[in-house]
Amino acid sequence: MRFGVIRFPGSCDERDAQLAASRVGDAEILWHQDRELGGVDAIIVPGGFSYGDHLRVGAIARFSPIMTAVDTFARSGGPVLGICNGFQVLCEAGLLPGALLPNVSLRFLCRQVELDVVSAASAWTRACLPGERLSVPVKHTTGRYYAPEPVLEEMAEHGQIVLRYAPGQNPNGSVGDIAGVSNAGGNVLGLMPHPEHAVDPLTGSTDGLKLFASAAAQTPVAA
Amino acid sequence: MAREVGRAVVRARVLIRPKAGILDPQGQTVERALPALGFEGVRNVHVGRLIELDVDDPARLPEMCEALLANPLIEDYSIETPDP
Repeated sequence: MRFGVIRFPGSCDERDAQLAASRVGDAEILWHQDRELGGVDAIIVPGGFSYGDHLRVGAIARFSPIMTAVDTFARSGGPVLGICNGFQVLCEAGLLPGALLPNVSLRFLCRQVELDVVSAASAWTRACLPGERLSVPVKHTTGRYYAPEPVLEEMAEHGQIVLRYAPGQNPNGSVGDIAGVSNAGGNVLGLMPHPEHAVDPLTGSTDGLKLFASAAAQTPVAA
Repeated sequence: MAREVGRAVVRARVLIRPKAGILDPQGQTVERALPALGFEGVRNVHVGRLIELDVDDPARLPEMCEALLANPLIEDYSIETPDP
C-alpha cells in the first residue's frame, strides 16, 4: 500500500502523516503543483494552514493543480483522508458535505479528546469496531463542523457520520458532536482530530494508527 | 481576457456575512464588549467581511461569489455596484 501525502504551501503536518502511514505501508510526499498522483493507492490531505488560510480555511488549496487529480481519484473510489486543514480543504472542494466554522470559544484548542466510532464501514475506519473509543488529539481554531439539518439527516441515513466526540468532549461546538464525516461512498473521510499524532506510545496513544491500518488493509484501487 | 473598447471597469463591493441561524461567536463577542464600554442598546451584531474588487463584467460577480468569494453553505453575500 502506497500512501501519498500532499504538501501545500503552509502545510505543517505532512511529515507526521507520512510517518504514521509508513508504519502500515509506504508513504511519500506529493507536491501541490503536481498534476498526477504518481500511482499511489491512497491520498492524505494533511493539517496545517494551506495558503495561509486566506479568504476562508481551505478555500484556496482546492485550486491547486493536484486537487484535480485528487477529485478524479476520490470520485472513482480511491481512499482519501483529510485531517484538520485537509478536512477543511475537502469540504471546500465539494468532496465532503458541510463546512468548518470557527470554534465557539474563538480560541485555538490543543488537547487530547476521545472519539466514538459511529461507522466502521468507511475506508478509514474498517479496522475499528462500531462504538469503539479512540484517544486522539485535536489542535485547531476552525473546527466547528456544520451542515444544514436536511443534509445531516441524509448523512446519518447513509452512515456518513463516522466519528463523534465522546459525550461531554465536544471541543468546538460541532453540530451533533461530529468529529469526522465521509462521502456517500465511504472512501473519503475528513476529521478534525489528528490520528497521525497518535501512533506512538510515547505520545500517549496509538489509536490513530487504526485509521491508516484500515486503508492499508484494503485492496488498492489505483492502477 | 481582453476588455471591450470603451467599457469601464466597475468598482464592486461584496459583503459577506454569516448565514442567519448559524451561531456567530464573533458577533456575540462584539455585542458583549460594547456594553462593557458604555455603549448600551446594541443588538444583533454580526461580523462578516468586505471584498472590494474592480471588475470588467459585474454580471459575473454572483458566479464569483458562489465559486470562491463566499461559501454559500455558511455565508450570505450581497453585491454592491455603483448605479450605471
